[in-house]
Amino acid sequence: MGLFILRRLGVMILTALCLTFIVFYLTNLYPNLEKLAKTQGNFRMSDEQVQSYLARNGHMQPMPIKYGQWLGVLPGWTVEVDDGVRGRCVTGTVSAEKIAEAPDFCGVLQGYWGTSTVFRTEVGGIIAERLTLTGILMFWVVVLMVPSALALGVLAGMREGTRTDRSLSTFAIVTTATPEYVSGVILIAVFASSASGLRWFKGTATSAMENPNFENFFLPVLTIALYGMGYIARMTRASMAEVMTAQYIRTARLKGVTFSNIVMRHALRNALIAPFTVIMLQFPWLLNGVVIVETLFNYKGFGWTLVQAASNNDIELLLGVSVVSVFVVLITQLISDIGYVYLNPRISVS
Amino acid sequence: METLSWGEIFVRILIQFIPVWIALIATFALSITFKRRLGLYGKLFDSTIGMTGFALVMFWVFTGILGGGFDMVITHDVLEQSGAMKNKVPGTPYTKMIGDVAENAYPYYLLGGDNLGRDVFSRMIVGAWEVMKIAPFATLFAFMVGITLGLPAGYYGTKLDTFLSFLANLILAFPVILLFYLLVTPEIVATGIPVYMAGVLFIFPIIFLVVLYNSRFFTQPPKRNLYVALTVLIGGWLYLGIAWDADPLGVIGFPPNLLVVFVAVVFVNSPTVFRIVRGLTMDIKSRDYVAAAQTRGEGPWYIMLWEILPNVRGPLIVDFCLRIGYTTILLGTLGFFGLGLSPESPDWGSTINEGRKLLSIYPHPALPPALSLLSLVLGLNLLADGLREESLRD
Repeated sequence: MGLFILRRLGVMILTALCLTFIVFYLTNLYPNLEKLAKTQGNFRMSDEQVQSYLARNGHMQPMPIKYGQWLGVLPGWTVEVDDGVRGRCVTGTVSAEKIAEAPDFCGVLQGYWGTSTVFRTEVGGIIAERLTLTGILMFWVVVLMVPSALALGVLAGMREGTRTDRSLSTFAIVTTATPEYVSGVILIAVFASSASGLRWFKGTATSAMENPNFENFFLPVLTIALYGMGYIARMTRASMAEVMTAQYIRTARLKGVTFSNIVMRHALRNALIAPFTVIMLQFPWLLNGVVIVETLFNYKGFGWTLVQAASNNDIELLLGVSVVSVFVVLITQLISDIGYVYLNPRISVS
Repeated sequence: METLSWGEIFVRILIQFIPVWIALIATFALSITFKRRLGLYGKLFDSTIGMTGFALVMFWVFTGILGGGFDMVITHDVLEQSGAMKNKVPGTPYTKMIGDVAENAYPYYLLGGDNLGRDVFSRMIVGAWEVMKIAPFATLFAFMVGITLGLPAGYYGTKLDTFLSFLANLILAFPVILLFYLLVTPEIVATGIPVYMAGVLFIFPIIFLVVLYNSRFFTQPPKRNLYVALTVLIGGWLYLGIAWDADPLGVIGFPPNLLVVFVAVVFVNSPTVFRIVRGLTMDIKSRDYVAAAQTRGEGPWYIMLWEILPNVRGPLIVDFCLRIGYTTILLGTLGFFGLGLSPESPDWGSTINEGRKLLSIYPHPALPPALSLLSLVLGLNLLADGLREESLRD
């Protein structure tokens, strides 16, 4: 088991390195750098001005070297300009002595995430703050989604083919067919618009950033939860239906155990193994939902930051965001693999 | 003229859709009459779920083709703006601020006007055409890529499998929206990366077909040569035209902004198809008929393409339906974030994005495309469910 986890961790780190390099490569292509220079300086910069801006900010070095510096395995760049020295590890133009005092290496490994060009602060701080906001959102999504999806699946799967099963399954299919930007729009139009008259909830979640309550937070949570719910419910239903046809359930029935006892004591535990992996693997999908919903409801969390960073080519912030999201994906995959082995003794890793 | 009531709007919409109803009824009448001779497709008409799904999908297919391709169902031009119709409620009579209304113009905006005074109903119809133009083909290409790589990965295993699986997991670990934001921007289009990606991805269908014919007919060289030559000629011509915009005859071209959308969608979908095909192949390759073919001395590609592939067609067809739905959702996501497609494009995602800004005051421009997308994807899901049920029955 230890070797298995170790190998998975190795693959994970390799994947993370490859992915961050791809993001780094794509954001550091010349047209993107040119756009960055023009949004930071002004839009009427000539080609020479763009060149000199990029040179002053260390963007003109070869790609692998820049990546090494960002990672923190190569010493940060320094450039001599007319009125002093600029460097990766110092802010602005400083004197030569200051550069000598500054650390040589400053990259992600040293805990230095860079500075956002859009928000003009440290990337590490922005990500921590936004991630907390998204964490609150995700927490309520999970609280709403997982129990209701499992309940839905178990109710539908315990008596396969009945009318309850049919209607619950149809509901599950409808939710999987509704992407967040559709369900969000429909929910706002029905529950938060002056046109329909039902003003039960608020159509934006901006106020939920300081003070989340039922009125301003329910719609975004419901929108994300609905899309993931259907899939988990269908998996639970399939697994429950399979367990209910097993021999030991029949034995229990013949013994005279009541139906509710069969479901609660005998079937449920075995039926919940498969949905566990599905729930864990849903997290990367929830990440997409978070981006859409935070944009739609104007909730300034992690997904909203991703959109801001990507549309303004804020290189360091975008890299920070992708590192976090890539690790979320990889860690959930790892947990789901390990958890599956623990829950299901029939599977062995070797 | 007065604003129409909801009943009148409903009747008028039904009347506008008459060509679609005729096409639908004809399809269903023919299919149900001959359903015993139509194999899996015919069996679909035995299950209510499958039929409902098929009806929904075909409704949008016919609407897209007849409305977008032949201008039949729409009431107004999708780009025509009228200052007097901005954000007007459904059923408002058509008027113009400047100039007179053309005599043969349709007298109402059946589902109201959007924030630029364009007809919501017509844009919804043409939006279906935008989906029909991209989603099925992008899915097909993703399948070609996934099958061509997944079969050898599953069949041979070893290092090839390790490498390809690592690549697939790499792409799958990317959040889709981040990938879209990185790939589908004008700056990236300027670097030419999408064209190179298209160059790599679009060559797979040609490889697939060439290997398919070669492995089957290599014992009959004349037939083999004919098929392979035809594939290379026609495929190569389309390939040059679509991927590199270098068609020697100058007939085929592909708008660059559409190409990048197409490439991004194929790129996101193919790793999942790869994983499905790989898993199915690993499962099937220990069957007796594969061992029999190996003993007969058949080549590995013959076994993969003519023994294994036909036997996994059931799950693949089901996944194909689901994946078209997912591609539709992805296209909507692109439109929702204003990526790739032109801002005036009537596709559903862009229309929803435009409509959401005034959603709490005027919900009518955003709701029709949202419900359309929902019903199409729902139809595809139900169709896939019906197909799964019927293919498991025998």
